[in-house]
Amino acid sequence: MTRRQLARAGYNAAAVLVLLVTLFPIYWMVATGFKRGVDILSFEPRWLPVPGTLENYRSAIAKPYFLQDVRNSVLVVVATVLISLVLAFLAALAAARFNFRGRAALIVMLIVVQMVPLEALIIPIYLMLDGAGQTDRLAGIIVTYLTFVLPFAIWTLRGFIVNIPEELEEAAMVDGCTRAGAFRRILLPLVAPGLVATSVFSFILVWNDYLIAYVLLRSPEKQTLGIWLASFTTNHGTEWGGVMAGSTLFAIPAVVFFLLVQRRVVSGLTAGAVKG
Amino acid sequence: MAPYALLAPSLLVLAAILGFPMYRLVSLSFQQYGLRELFAGKGTFIGLDNYREVVTDPFFWTVVVRTVLFAGVCVGLTMVLGTLVALLLRNLARPMRVAVTAGLVAAWAMPVLTAISIWQWMFDFEFGVVNWLLTKLGADGFQQHNWFDQPLQGFSVIVLVVVWGALPFVAITLHAGLTQVPAELEEAARVDGAGAWQVFRHITFPVMKPIFLILATLSTIWDFKVFTQIWVLLNQRPSREYFLLGIWSYSESFGVTRYGKGAAIAVIMVILLLVVTSFYVRQMLRAVGP
Repeated sequence: MTRRQLARAGYNAAAVLVLLVTLFPIYWMVATGFKRGVDILSFEPRWLPVPGTLENYRSAIAKPYFLQDVRNSVLVVVATVLISLVLAFLAALAAARFNFRGRAALIVMLIVVQMVPLEALIIPIYLMLDGAGQTDRLAGIIVTYLTFVLPFAIWTLRGFIVNIPEELEEAAMVDGCTRAGAFRRILLPLVAPGLVATSVFSFILVWNDYLIAYVLLRSPEKQTLGIWLASFTTNHGTEWGGVMAGSTLFAIPAVVFFLLVQRRVVSGLTAGAVKG
Repeated sequence: MAPYALLAPSLLVLAAILGFPMYRLVSLSFQQYGLRELFAGKGTFIGLDNYREVVTDPFFWTVVVRTVLFAGVCVGLTMVLGTLVALLLRNLARPMRVAVTAGLVAAWAMPVLTAISIWQWMFDFEFGVVNWLLTKLGADGFQQHNWFDQPLQGFSVIVLVVVWGALPFVAITLHAGLTQVPAELEEAARVDGAGAWQVFRHITFPVMKPIFLILATLSTIWDFKVFTQIWVLLNQRPSREYFLLGIWSYSESFGVTRYGKGAAIAVIMVILLLVVTSFYVRQMLRAVGP
């Protein structure tokens, strides 16, 4: 074997290891969800869910408020992502393309804000929303999510915009484009992958939340899917089949959305832009 | 005027529902605020008493050291492994690269709550696949072994869950960043006889430094306030051996309804985080410019 082949073999071995570590836990969840109770509680692991059963899924879906909570989650996530995207793009534009007083302070603030432990802020936020009559309402939780998503979204988008050469816009302006026109015609298409990536991050942040939804949404018909899953896992005497089926269902939308978007994140868009 | 107009909507939202609660958090930390004050809707100002109580408690220093160590281990592992995986991705043939990326994306896409229950199941003391594997490999004492009896082992599992969830983001972002490193530069270095480490140290790393800084900062912030993983892995009843600053603050507030003390711990935590990350922030500001 030549040195080159040896290196290739080493890389592939490492790749297999990474694949195993990333994918086996997920496979194990899916497989367990389809297994019969006796096969789950076996000292020798059953690697394949054969014979399989849908019993775990049936019991997961039959849980009260499942469909309602799905709707709530979708509504909350879509609203938060769309609103934060628009606001964050404008703010990121300011932070990346303009020199103004307080720019450094703004950037420091964006970082500092992300350090504040949300477990602590949840008390004052709860008191405030309660005073405004917005607890146990989806509007209240959307606004709350916005504040946690926005700093991160602005920060990420700013990074994408900074990486796009300003000369492109300058060239357009020399050719008679207005500054706003240059942003819209030149910057916006180039930053599209950034917008997509930012939506993914926002989506993940919101979908992953447990604490805010748990504290702010009290009645079962207003809750989101995360709470639904948690209510499943807190059933004692852990019934692993049901938990894994519930976890799979909870993960599916996140994974599907993520995979759809992942394909469209074209990183090479700016690579050829300046070189021509 | 343009930048202010662009910023206004975001800043308004942030000020209303982030700025005000932050102010309330700080004011709470100077107040006696328990169950009685909660019903009255008004706390009593007691100056620095909450802070005095926290700082003079020997437990405080234990928790601080534990939190810093925990975050340090998580960030270190995430960054080093993430860099290695990103570099590995670049050296793979296309089919394998696509497969590994898919694996990373799948793990990344897993919601935290899902990841927690998966690992909880894999580390189950009775039927968990991890204990089975370790026993099969000849390790002693892993039959019916409860990983959370011993804090050090328990924390290893928690670190594993945190790093497993954080690694894909770091690896994929770094891999995307690697495509921006001019290939000619690296080639030139290689032609001049630089080894793999030298190319990374002198070409790849400097070009990628801003991305590394951002990722390290974000990881530090996230891992410093890890909450859900510990809380749920330990069935919402972590013993004091598992307390990090965030958990301690939460349990003082909601567990024993001492909101003032909980707020004080949270404020200390934010300050500590500021100190830890100020190094990165300074570097980043230098990169951003005046």
